[in-house]
Amino acid sequence: MPEKKQEALFQQAVDGEQKVEPRDWMPEGYRKNLIRQISQHAHSEVVGMLPEGNWITRAPSLHRKTILLAKVQDEAGHGLYLYSAAETLGIGRDELIDQLLSGKAKYSSIFNYPTLTWADIGAIGWLVDGAAIINQVMLTRTSYGPYSRAMVRICKEESFHNRQGYDILMTLSKGTPEQKAMAQDALDRWWWPSLMMFGPSDKDSPHSAQSMQWKIKRQGNDELRQVFIDRTVPQAEFIGLKVPDPKLKWNEQTQHYDWGEINWEEFNQVIKGNGPCNAERMAARRKAHDDGAWVREAALAHAEKKNKRNAA
Amino acid sequence: MSTTNEKDWPLWEIFLQSKKGLDHKHVGSLHAADARMAVENARDVYTRRGEGNSIWAVRASDIHASRPEDQGEFFDPADDKVYRHPTFYPMPEGVKYI
Amino acid sequence: MNQQEALFRFALRMGDNALVLGHRISEWCGHAPALEEDIAQTNIALDLIGQARNYLTYAGEVEGKGRKEDDLAYLRDSREYINALITEQPKGDFAHTIVRSFLWDAFHRPLLNALANSSDERLKGIAEKAVKEVAYHLRHSSEWLIRFGDGTEESHRRAQTALDELWRFTGELFEADEAEQILAKEGVIPPLESLKAEWNATVDRVLAEATLKRPSEGWMASGGKKGVHTEHLSLMLAEMQTLQRSYPGVEW
Repeated sequence: MPEKKQEALFQQAVDGEQKVEPRDWMPEGYRKNLIRQISQHAHSEVVGMLPEGNWITRAPSLHRKTILLAKVQDEAGHGLYLYSAAETLGIGRDELIDQLLSGKAKYSSIFNYPTLTWADIGAIGWLVDGAAIINQVMLTRTSYGPYSRAMVRICKEESFHNRQGYDILMTLSKGTPEQKAMAQDALDRWWWPSLMMFGPSDKDSPHSAQSMQWKIKRQGNDELRQVFIDRTVPQAEFIGLKVPDPKLKWNEQTQHYDWGEINWEEFNQVIKGNGPCNAERMAARRKAHDDGAWVREAALAHAEKKNKRNAA
Repeated sequence: MSTTNEKDWPLWEIFLQSKKGLDHKHVGSLHAADARMAVENARDVYTRRGEGNSIWAVRASDIHASRPEDQGEFFDPADDKVYRHPTFYPMPEGVKYI
Repeated sequence: MNQQEALFRFALRMGDNALVLGHRISEWCGHAPALEEDIAQTNIALDLIGQARNYLTYAGEVEGKGRKEDDLAYLRDSREYINALITEQPKGDFAHTIVRSFLWDAFHRPLLNALANSSDERLKGIAEKAVKEVAYHLRHSSEWLIRFGDGTEESHRRAQTALDELWRFTGELFEADEAEQILAKEGVIPPLESLKAEWNATVDRVLAEATLKRPSEGWMASGGKKGVHTEHLSLMLAEMQTLQRSYPGVEW
């Protein structure tokens, strides 16, 4: 069948809400776009373990320590589900990880911000995971079957992350003046980077239109960002914290919040590698990978020896 | 980097039975050096919230699948065999347990 | 020391052991050799910290001074911690972590097996749940140790080095202090030396399969049970306790 015809059939199937499965014919651009997006998402989960992992050893109670451990562990699981989804497109996990460690692949910029106080752990769960969930719920309806299934699993696990974060900040905001200030400071630092997580405005987003046509993405960046703001502002008010945006105001007419301007220059600089923790994050991942090389080799070597012995 | 030529652990497909009496269902995949590690990794990765009662791990390379291009000849012929479905046979009212 | 004081001390020790080891293992979260192992090690850490919470809560109740799990975990200095020295050693490379876990798990499992028949209902209840977790820990650490010993030259060397370095902390596990002697006499806990045979058998079996050499008995370090630790513990606690110490008496 000529390529053009195949592409038309493919688009027709996608338009009819049929899922695409690994062995189905797909345009090369679709495959590439998916590998880029899914692996970027997987890398984000794995690098995302680091800022929160930073507080595992300092969690202020045994209860909080177990919750945080379970949560960071879930991120490892999510990374794993997503790498597996990417692998169905014919690329190995080792290659994907090499792309991350060599700096060729990107991950969500949010994880290049530092976790300076315990309240930051609350802010990450509440804001960063809150923003991620909005994106991920949309992606449960993505056109690629394995990606959509991974997202369903991830969404089921993610709402606990969101709640535990809010719970941390709620406890702090009910606490001493120092604790409340800690919570406010965390919101001040994490609010704008969280809004940036939805990516550039649709008109400036290089991949958006094609991704929408292929139904890899189902909603635009700006629309999702607005959903996040509308949901989150009342949550902040409920625990007596102030969103750091002087232009933020409820608009009766649109039934949405009006809000200020994202500092895109900061966004671009962090993506370019100039964020506060880019170098540390990559160094930590490289170290884990390099230090683990002999372990992974040993396991393979032992499996091969065992196989040989069994065959003999 | 020391990693480029390193061999990755093989990929395994994981099937979980959530409780006795039900089918094992595909839940996802993972990497492991051998079968034993695959089953244990599956326990850690896919049953953290009590989802499982039994685990099957199958090497991904051992799975043989039908091809999408065979879809027509494989599956369409079953579409018009309506007589295989019980609803094809109207039963008079009053006849029970059939 | 009366029996109640002995029970407090023993529950506290079980809690300290589980907490300190769980903390050490949790340091791998985000830094393990493979994602699958991040998840596996974190499961083990979660099991241990969960056990620690049960023991510390019980210890506080036995003591009767109103101390809760977090008071005991976060507001005692290293001299008041009475865990075994092996649990507090730094995580080291992954061979150190696996060897330490293995040597501990091989002791922990028979101990819990016996405690699951304790005449003390609470200890019995905690142990009945924990023994299943620890059976899995022992399986996991044994299998990795075998992979290392019977893997590559490098993994064999690293495993043997870790084994030689950590071996001196194993003698202490079987030394009963006054509290443990009192409780053993009352049938609340097993005599610790009675666990040695099973520990030996497990160690010998796994080391043989791993083609690793059992170190000679030699000199054994001791002191953890009396609160005389290696330098590592106070550093670990300084990090762990920082928020509770900096902001006393608040809710988190």
